[in-house]
Amino acid sequence: MSRPRATLGKDLTGLESLSREQIEAVLDTAEPFKEISERRLRQVPVLRGQTIVNLFFEPSTRTRISFEFAEKRLAADAVNIGARRSSVSKGETLVDTARNLEAMRIDMVVIRHWSAGAAAFLAARIPSNVINAGDGAHEHPTQGLLDMLTLRDHFGRLEGLKVCIVGDVLHSRVARSNIFGLTRVGAEVAVCGPRTLMPAGVEDLGVRLFRRVEEAIEWADALNVLRLQMERMQDGFVPSLREYNRVFGVTRRRLEWAPRDLLILHPGPMNRGVEIDSDVADGPHSVILRQVTNGVAIRMAVLYLLSGGAPEGAEAAKAGAGA
Amino acid sequence: MKKRTLIRGGRVIDPGAALDRTADLLVEDGRILAVAPNLAPDHAEVVDARGLVVAPGFVDPHAHLCEPGWERRETIATGARAGAAGGYTAICAMPDTDPVVDDPASVGFVVAAGRRAGGAKVVPAAAVSAGREGKRLTEFGELLEAGAVALTDAGRPVRSSMLMRLALEYAQSFGVPILSHPEDAALARGGVMHEGVVSTRLGLRGKPAVAEEIGAARDLALAGATGGRLHLQRVSTAATVALLRRAKERGVRVTAEVTPHHLLFSHEAVDGYGTEYKVDPPLRTHEDAEALVAALADGTIDCIATDHAPRTYDEKEQAFEDAPFGVVGLETAFAILHTRLVRSGRIPLATLLERLSTGPARALALPGGCLSAGERADLVLIDPEARWTIRPERFLSNCRNTPFGGEAATGRVVRTLIDGERAWEAPATRPEAKRPGTGAQSPRGRS
Repeated sequence: MSRPRATLGKDLTGLESLSREQIEAVLDTAEPFKEISERRLRQVPVLRGQTIVNLFFEPSTRTRISFEFAEKRLAADAVNIGARRSSVSKGETLVDTARNLEAMRIDMVVIRHWSAGAAAFLAARIPSNVINAGDGAHEHPTQGLLDMLTLRDHFGRLEGLKVCIVGDVLHSRVARSNIFGLTRVGAEVAVCGPRTLMPAGVEDLGVRLFRRVEEAIEWADALNVLRLQMERMQDGFVPSLREYNRVFGVTRRRLEWAPRDLLILHPGPMNRGVEIDSDVADGPHSVILRQVTNGVAIRMAVLYLLSGGAPEGAEAAKAGAGA
Repeated sequence: MKKRTLIRGGRVIDPGAALDRTADLLVEDGRILAVAPNLAPDHAEVVDARGLVVAPGFVDPHAHLCEPGWERRETIATGARAGAAGGYTAICAMPDTDPVVDDPASVGFVVAAGRRAGGAKVVPAAAVSAGREGKRLTEFGELLEAGAVALTDAGRPVRSSMLMRLALEYAQSFGVPILSHPEDAALARGGVMHEGVVSTRLGLRGKPAVAEEIGAARDLALAGATGGRLHLQRVSTAATVALLRRAKERGVRVTAEVTPHHLLFSHEAVDGYGTEYKVDPPLRTHEDAEALVAALADGTIDCIATDHAPRTYDEKEQAFEDAPFGVVGLETAFAILHTRLVRSGRIPLATLLERLSTGPARALALPGGCLSAGERADLVLIDPEARWTIRPERFLSNCRNTPFGGEAATGRVVRTLIDGERAWEAPATRPEAKRPGTGAQSPRGRS
């Protein structure tokens, strides 16, 4: 594409503040990066010499590894800092931790933090690029983008697509990023789950609310099934995981009633037999592993764009000309 | 010779006496001697108050002075001086200190520190329950004898309805109110802002409005059933206002307060995660704020409380969920409410002054709130036209956690007199004092 496209600015803290053009720019930029992961030599020197810190205040395996792969495939130097190993546990504040890293001269921080707003807080206080890898129950923008990329791969479009997010929307940053991102690009979004796990005023975000998963299945083109954490039962939001599966679980039998084949997404890690059954998760319409693959490409695209790369330069970068 | 001060030619507004006219006010030995036009006493220091409003000093029914235990946030001395700078002549200090003010010695400590402070009079509220743990009543009689004026678990609801009933009953022997934080603790637990579409967007745990409504309904029902005196702290929702109005209509002995921030902001202010908007109870909806202003105007809400809650820079310089609740308010309450509510025509000046002085003094039986002859001379001189900018770096409070920093205000307390002595004078006021050597000092060192 020849016309200049909007890029991301300094940080990616959430999808709510992005325009449709910005979101599409990331998705388009991810396309050429997908192919790099399929090669024998899975690296382009786009970020060679850049230092990226993965600052994880919460345990995470898949998101952290996905970012790490993305960083390595762009030839950046990446350092992982987990909350337990860092001085955070010694009472150092988030700002001091970041400023200390900054003093060692870094280019980007990928942050996962338990507090909503932590990424924006950091972004406002340090000159490095900040990427939100999940802040409390607020946003997980790269997950939202990779879900959108996976949907676009399959359907060829996002506008007018009917996507229902099923499960614990109340505590889910994945749900929020999907709602903000998908509504921004013109998809129709619904949420479904027990009312105890639906946040107040969720319909005011421009989404439909289904009280029964059967209604969602009848309506949707795709289901994004959220993980139900065990703590939700302990905290009393649902009486039991067994009943959750019976009433809200995405099962093969329920899907058989669907008027069309539904695409099945899940951000992982899955609780098989709770929110999703294995024959659905591993079934022909599941794109759950495709999401994981796309996650690396999306994160490469975000890193590339934040480092100052132009969307139209990604093709060239893929060919190795970005060196 | 008796010491006399003549405050000449001001617009004297004494809400308690429904007085609003140009007059002179004569102070002798710390008391008001006369309020009348054209007084001509011998040998009085004359203060030219032409163009100024002369009103009773403000009375804060709810401030956290943080001492003992949290002196980095505030001390009784800094809080009392900050109060004087905001026009306050009396402050009710909350007992949520460390240790909790729940025994006569602690009350005595606050009273003594207040006397030394050289600012607003500090009158302690003591805890309802030992350690604010909600288990057993404190010794109300001894606490009041030591100088406490009210009882409250400050910032915590008394969870047990039985204990709240006992408190409302037991306090009747002493004629003091129970100050309640109306909240259903289970519903509010973990919430950091108002539950609604903004909390949903931001991914923050909400406190639903119904948590306050349930707490208020319970406390009003208990006050009605026991005949005890109840004061609802920091009313924040339209539903609570409606309950309060009905309770007053049926004769429940209840008073209520509201803060400037709940009158002026809604939960949209939290968008952007600014910790200067993290307050408890949380900022509610625009409709709630409108209902609060209306209730303040018609007297359903009796008084304005600052809920002055100093927090250090480091405490507030955190992600929203990790930062503590609270804003400072003593040095901004009048100016900001005058600017935003009086200048905009939403409430009359006399009403604002009543809710800042006479209303709270009456609700909690605090000193001040009246300009009648014979009363202590606790009063303020206000320049209603003064334009100034709120500069937190000039606060006398130890802390600067305010949402009003940098705001242009119209109207300012230019002088605060406590027992007739000058406790505060705004910098760069008009030249006026005709006689030097009154002994009062202007606390301008930090400005």
